[in-house]
Order: sequence, then C-alpha cells, then structure tokens
Amino acid sequence: MAAKYTKGIAGIWLEEHQILKATRKVRESGFTKFEAISAYPIHGMEEAAGIKRSWIPYVAFTMGLAGLAGGLGLTYWTSAVNWAVNVGGKPFFSLPAFVPIMFELTILLSALSSVGALFYACGIPRMDPPVIDPDLSCHKFAIFIPHNDNGYDEAKIESMFKELGATEVKKTEY
Amino acid sequence: MMKRSPLVLGNKTLKDVTDDICAPVERFPSKGWVGMFLGAKTLLLFYIGILASVVGVGIGLLGVNSPVFWGTMIVTFVFWIGIGHAGTLISAVLFLFRQKWRTSVARTAEAMTVFAVMTAGLFPLLHTGRPWLDYWLFPYPNQRGPLWVNFRSPLLWDVFAVSTYATVSMVFWYIGLVPDFATIKDRAKNKLRRTVYGALSLGWRGTAKNWSHYEMVYLLLAGLSTPLVLSVHTIVSFDFAVSNLPGWHTTIFPPYFVAGAIFSGFAMVVTLMTLVRIGFPEFKNYVTLDHMEVMNKIIMTTGMLVGYAYASEFFIAWYSGNQYERFVFINRAFGPYGWSYWIMVSCNTIFPQLFWFRRFRRSIPVMFVVSILVNIGMWFERFVITVTSLHRDFLPSSWGMYAWSWFDTGVLVGSFGMFLTLFLLYLRLFPAVSIAEVKPVLHVGYDDKGGHH
Repeated sequence: MAAKYTKGIAGIWLEEHQILKATRKVRESGFTKFEAISAYPIHGMEEAAGIKRSWIPYVAFTMGLAGLAGGLGLTYWTSAVNWAVNVGGKPFFSLPAFVPIMFELTILLSALSSVGALFYACGIPRMDPPVIDPDLSCHKFAIFIPHNDNGYDEAKIESMFKELGATEVKKTEY
Repeated sequence: MMKRSPLVLGNKTLKDVTDDICAPVERFPSKGWVGMFLGAKTLLLFYIGILASVVGVGIGLLGVNSPVFWGTMIVTFVFWIGIGHAGTLISAVLFLFRQKWRTSVARTAEAMTVFAVMTAGLFPLLHTGRPWLDYWLFPYPNQRGPLWVNFRSPLLWDVFAVSTYATVSMVFWYIGLVPDFATIKDRAKNKLRRTVYGALSLGWRGTAKNWSHYEMVYLLLAGLSTPLVLSVHTIVSFDFAVSNLPGWHTTIFPPYFVAGAIFSGFAMVVTLMTLVRIGFPEFKNYVTLDHMEVMNKIIMTTGMLVGYAYASEFFIAWYSGNQYERFVFINRAFGPYGWSYWIMVSCNTIFPQLFWFRRFRRSIPVMFVVSILVNIGMWFERFVITVTSLHRDFLPSSWGMYAWSWFDTGVLVGSFGMFLTLFLLYLRLFPAVSIAEVKPVLHVGYDDKGGHH
C-alpha cells in the first residue's frame, strides 16, 4: 500500500499518565483526526481518545460461520453427492464424522479473516512509514495532530502541548 | 490483601526493557550460543541425511512391519504435537484467564509451539512412504474423476486439525511479534537490519486506534486458539480411539491426550527456559523463579492428571470384562515391553511429585532434570500406546515385536536437531520476550508505583 503522508504537528511525552491526560485534553479541544502513539497498549487510552470498540469481531464471527457452512458444504458435496463411496456401510452424509472438519474450518477462516481485518484497519503492510521519533516504539509517547483537523492552529497546539508537559513539539509528517 | 510478587525484577524502566530484550538480537553471538548452534545444526544435517535415506530407499529402513505398522514416525509425531500445546496454552488460555505472568514466557513458548508443530508435521507426511504424493491428502479438484478424500477417516481429520493448528499458531505468534519488530527496526544501526525488520514489522505505527484493533484481534485469536488446542490433540487421539484395537478403543483418550500434551509441553518450556536463563542472563529479570515455579506447579498438576488416566485405563480394562482389553493392559505392564511402561509411569507420575516441595519447585537443577525426565516419559507414553497395542492383539498367531532399527533412532534423535536449530536461530533473531506485553505489567508488585493488585 502506497504511503500517503499528512503534514501536522506532534508533541512528545515521557510519562504514561501525561499522555493519557494530554489525549483527553486534545479530544476535548475538538480534534478528531489526531493519533496517540505508544510502544504498547495503554490502559484507558481508548476512552481518553474516544475510540469506538473495534468492529473486527463481526468479521471474525461472519467468517467463522462461513467456515462452518463451507466445511459442511464441502464434506456433504464431496462425500454424499459428487462421489458417494460406501465406506464400511457408513452413511454417505455422516454428520458426526464431518464435525472435526467443520470445526477446524470455522477456526481457520475466523482467525485468518480477523488478521486480514486487522491489516485493513491499520493500513498495513505499509512500506517505510514516516517515523516521528524512533523512541516512540521504546519509551516515549506522542500525539500527532494532522493539518486538516478541525481548528488546526500550529501556535495554539504548540502551547497546549507545552502546557500539558510535552518535552518536545515538532512539525512533522505522518 | 495478598501482596503480589513483581513480574519483572530489578525496577526496570521502559527503556531498560527494550534494551534488555533487544540485546541478544543486537550483539554478537556468544561462544556458548555458537557452540550449541553448531551442535544442533550438525544434528539437523544428520537428520536430513536419515530422512533422505528413508525417502530414497523406502520406509522399510524403519522397523515398522507386521504386526507393528505404526512406529517411530507416529510416536514421535504425537510427541512433538504434544510439545506444541503448552505454547498455545500459555499464550491463549492464560491470556483469557488474565494471567499476567504469561507475558514473560509466552513469546518463547509460542516459538516452541511453531517449531514443534513444524517438526511434528514432517512425520505423517514422511510415514506415508511416498511423500511426493502427500498432496493427495487435501481435497482438491483433480483429474481422476471426482475422487475426493474420505472425510469419515480420523486420519483426514488430523490433516485438517494439524494444518489449521500450524497456521493459526504461526499467525498468532507473528501478530504478537509485529510491534516488537517495529521496535528493533527503530533501533537499527545499519541498513540491512532496518530493511529486514522494517519489512517484518509491516510498517506498524502503534497509534491508539491500531492498538485498539490489535488488542481485539489478539483476544479473538486467543479465544479461537483455546478450543483449537483442545481439538487438535483430541483429534490426534481419535486416530487411535476410533479404531477397534484393544488399548486404543477407549473414551478416555481425548482428555488423557490433552492432559499429556500440556504436561509434556510445559516440561519442554521449563527445559528451554532454564537454558535461556543460563544463555541470556539478562532474561533472569523477566523469566523469574516465580514464573518457573508456576510452570512447575502446572507440570505437577497435569502429571497427576496423566497418572489418574493410567490408573483409570487399567481399572476400566479390568471392569469392562473384555478379555482382550484386560490382556493388553497386563501385557503392557508385564509383557515384553513392560520396561517402557515402567519408564513412562516413573517419569510421568513419580518424579514430578518432587514439586510438592517448594525448595525443589524453585531449584533450577531439579526442575531441569525433572522436565527432561517428563519429556522422556511422555515419549515413552506414546511408544507404549502405539507399540504395545499393536504388537499383540486378538490372535496369538499374529503377535510379533517391533524391529527397531538404527534409522528409527536417527529419526527420533535427528528431530531434536531440527527443533533446536530453529529454536536457537529464533533466540538470536527475534525478541525472545514480548516487549510490548511486558511493558504494561512492569508495575505489578511494586506498590509505590500504583500497580494493580
């Protein structure tokens, strides 16, 4: 997927509780397109950033059902319709014997589709995305506000970030 | 309120965690690692030679013959598949139970799963004797008329179970690794490292929205892997239980196999973790004695479950009133293969009892020895089940012995070469503790930092 970079402004923090507070504040200030970046999932971040519950479980459930139906369809069609072989007098449509296949295909499709959905939701794989600060994947935290967000004003955002305890504010793209 | 002991020792900061865990990946390999790697690699080359002979000359090089048609290949397959189970159990089941101690050991246990399943997967493919036709195992549209696989066969259920298990555990492992690859990429000092880990990290950025989806997918994969683990060894046990052979045709097999798998898997995790702690001393702060102790408790518990299964099998064989069933069990314990039965019983039910004592549970040398004994015992369990049931069945005229050849030994020993080579490479190339998962649990046990209880 080709990267589309957005210009904007980023603040960098060193403490987890500060980034939580800052995220809440940024959201309350009316920004909607900002990103809070951290090296690990932060407890309470979804609430602070106003992130809705992920929609991926619906994909997993639907594809799980598809796997179940597909498993049933495959075993029924191949064993009872297309090539009905009498194996030791067992019925052509031997449902209990088909359960393991149906179960495994349910899990397989559900798992793979949820990972596919994760890739779609996060826009990955992505070639070489811009890095605001290499330490963001280690011990620093950042908030990035893109230039096209509501009420974007560099000077105002910079002073807000500083007020919230940001150690560094920089114009960057992401 | 009970005080929790810290999950990570040494009052680490976030940066320390990254530095410590990335260190083995970033520094030059130690002599110890190189020595072990050369040993494992030599064993792997030997294994490749053995397998090439078995494929080239034929399956007759192994001791399988009438009446024992399932031998080392199947015994060792079930053994390695079982080893894999602890990895998924730690990463998935303990995740669902919110067991935070899992974070330090989950990554390595999952790696163990992936490599064990890869090692295991070769055996059923090779034991067919014509591995170049193994694609026949899959239901694909073909030109021989509508000739489909037989879905009523437990051996085909196995194909689906094992390949699904291999796929899902690999995906689960890789998804866990993605944010950590991004960390290594960001620290990379040279271009090659940056490019390789950059590609592996898929361009992960760690925004709050990304993490929100990521955590949901992780939960889903854990939820899906949990029944998968149980199903895989259940289905492996069906390979035996669905037949009508005395000693195999028992309803206890699914739970008994699953318990045994967890038992042997945890033993292998303990074996590997003691070695990792010796090889990479910085990991002692992450894989603490508390972690090892918890795993030893699980080994003891599952060991007793397995012991209960042995006893109840014996009891049911007597209680069933079926003379063939009775004979098989008496033959197992006192027949020509009695020695293997008693190795199994002593390694699996007696030695783990040492873990009743806290001193032994927390002693690295004791747990190392016991974990190896358990693995020996669990290999013999599969040997006992497979060979002793086959070598004497309904008709004394068709009795015989398993003609174990040195190729069988080569297959068994060589498989460790493959597993250890992969595992040692993993320790050098991938972060062996999940960086992104350890960071949120840093404060556990440290009250002054406002840790959760």
